[in-house]
Amino acid sequence: MAEFLSLQEAVSKHINNGDTVAMEGFTHLIPFAAGHEIIRQEKRDLTLIRMTPDLVYDQMIGAGCAKKLIFSWGGNPGVGSLHRLRDAVEKGWPNKLEILEHSHAAMACAYEAGAAGLPLAVLRGYVGSDLPKVNDQIKFIECPFTGERLAAVPSVRPDVAVIHAQRADRNGNVVIEGIVGIQKEVVLAAKRSLVTVEEIVDDLGASVNACVLPSWAITAVAEAPKGAKPSYALGYYDRDNAFYKDWDGIARDRETFQAWLNDNVFEKGVA
Amino acid sequence: MSLEFTSSEMMSVTAARALTNDMTCFVGIGLPSEAANLARLTHAPDVTLIYESGTLQTKPDVLPLSIGDGELCESALTTVSVPEMFRYWLQGGHISVGFLGTAQIDRFANLNTTLIGDYREPKVRLPGGGGAPEIATNAKEVFITVKHSRRTFVKDVDFVTTVGFGRDGKARDNVPNIGRGPTVVITDLCSLKPDPETKELVVISLHPNVTREDVIEATGWDIRFADQLETTPAPTAEELEVLRALKARTHSHHSGQQ
Repeated sequence: MAEFLSLQEAVSKHINNGDTVAMEGFTHLIPFAAGHEIIRQEKRDLTLIRMTPDLVYDQMIGAGCAKKLIFSWGGNPGVGSLHRLRDAVEKGWPNKLEILEHSHAAMACAYEAGAAGLPLAVLRGYVGSDLPKVNDQIKFIECPFTGERLAAVPSVRPDVAVIHAQRADRNGNVVIEGIVGIQKEVVLAAKRSLVTVEEIVDDLGASVNACVLPSWAITAVAEAPKGAKPSYALGYYDRDNAFYKDWDGIARDRETFQAWLNDNVFEKGVA
Repeated sequence: MSLEFTSSEMMSVTAARALTNDMTCFVGIGLPSEAANLARLTHAPDVTLIYESGTLQTKPDVLPLSIGDGELCESALTTVSVPEMFRYWLQGGHISVGFLGTAQIDRFANLNTTLIGDYREPKVRLPGGGGAPEIATNAKEVFITVKHSRRTFVKDVDFVTTVGFGRDGKARDNVPNIGRGPTVVITDLCSLKPDPETKELVVISLHPNVTREDVIEATGWDIRFADQLETTPAPTAEELEVLRALKARTHSHHSGQQ
């Protein structure tokens, strides 16, 4: 059964320096509150996995939490670069960041394989791309039945998965609505999982085919209202697209970024 | 009658016209999304638009800033998980057209969205592949729309993130279960198509008021022109009106949010 913890307790108990941490949410339900708590607790040397690093990893990388990033698209969607990610890759600030990059299809398959308990994922992918030349985790295998050449990547099996969701009931069962992304797969692929939710309710109100994670498949649940902002939670609040645009200016230089981090993360504690 | 329009509008309108009602289009964010929605709001009301966030058959009223804006999900027929999107719908062969943008494109329509310079010591780090590497090979064909400049149109891309026809134009030859690849590239100056034999991009149509010299000046290789070079039809009043209204709605939507 999932244990109900405060966000501060959950991060402290389940995320250790050096862990491999996958914080997912495909544009939607991005666990910003948890990311900020990880920054406040000054976790270090994390290997961060995420299909779309987004602002949350830009902030964590800029704050010095990460030693390695595994990803498939590292931009500010519709706006441009992630400047903290670029600064780490291009200039090694605040520390050198190792990167390993995939395509979305490969990462999606790798999460799914992780959830399925398999060591690898197979896909019809990376044909003609230079990505296999710079990522030694991309291999090609021959289908034993047809002889077709297919791409293979190792499954994703993180130490910890962190996601945000709309609701949990009082037993710790969680419902995810809208763009469900890779939320279910990352939780099932990980050794431990932390789910932050908008609210804890008596009845999930889930339809029969809803995306539900049972309490016994989750390690910890923490209530974190508005925990996905400036991303969004369908049914609760919209994506703050104006902030995504503003982030470009905030993150562009180290001083404005650090001032933002101090004012909005370090001095703000858990809401 | 002569209407005033910008080269960006010319590009969006031309890119939109490439889509037809019966297509199922996997839409990239930015210029492709603008063109795809313009098509849906003008000549192709039944075109099926799919975004990689898992939103199937979506009809957004404003252009999404990201591929996963709530607007896409709320106006979609249904929303599936990301693994399902890539495995069943894309790899499974249900996508007729992948519509992509890029940072760099070369003469064989290879796309680079990874970096400028050397991989280990990049001059400029770009976002990376995202969905494009598999969209380009698993969709039945690929449309590309990108602004034309010497920085973008290079002889050889620094990095092949997403294959067009490879470094030699032959990357798709004898590969089973692969799409036709790029069939048209639409820029703010012209439209290009791959030569049927060599796969090198050839200008097939110049936009109104654009000269051959303009295209040569903005292209980083010795660009070829089709023997029967056409002039792209100018945007109609309706196309311009719908495009401008769409952009105005989008602008006010994304700046007004809190």
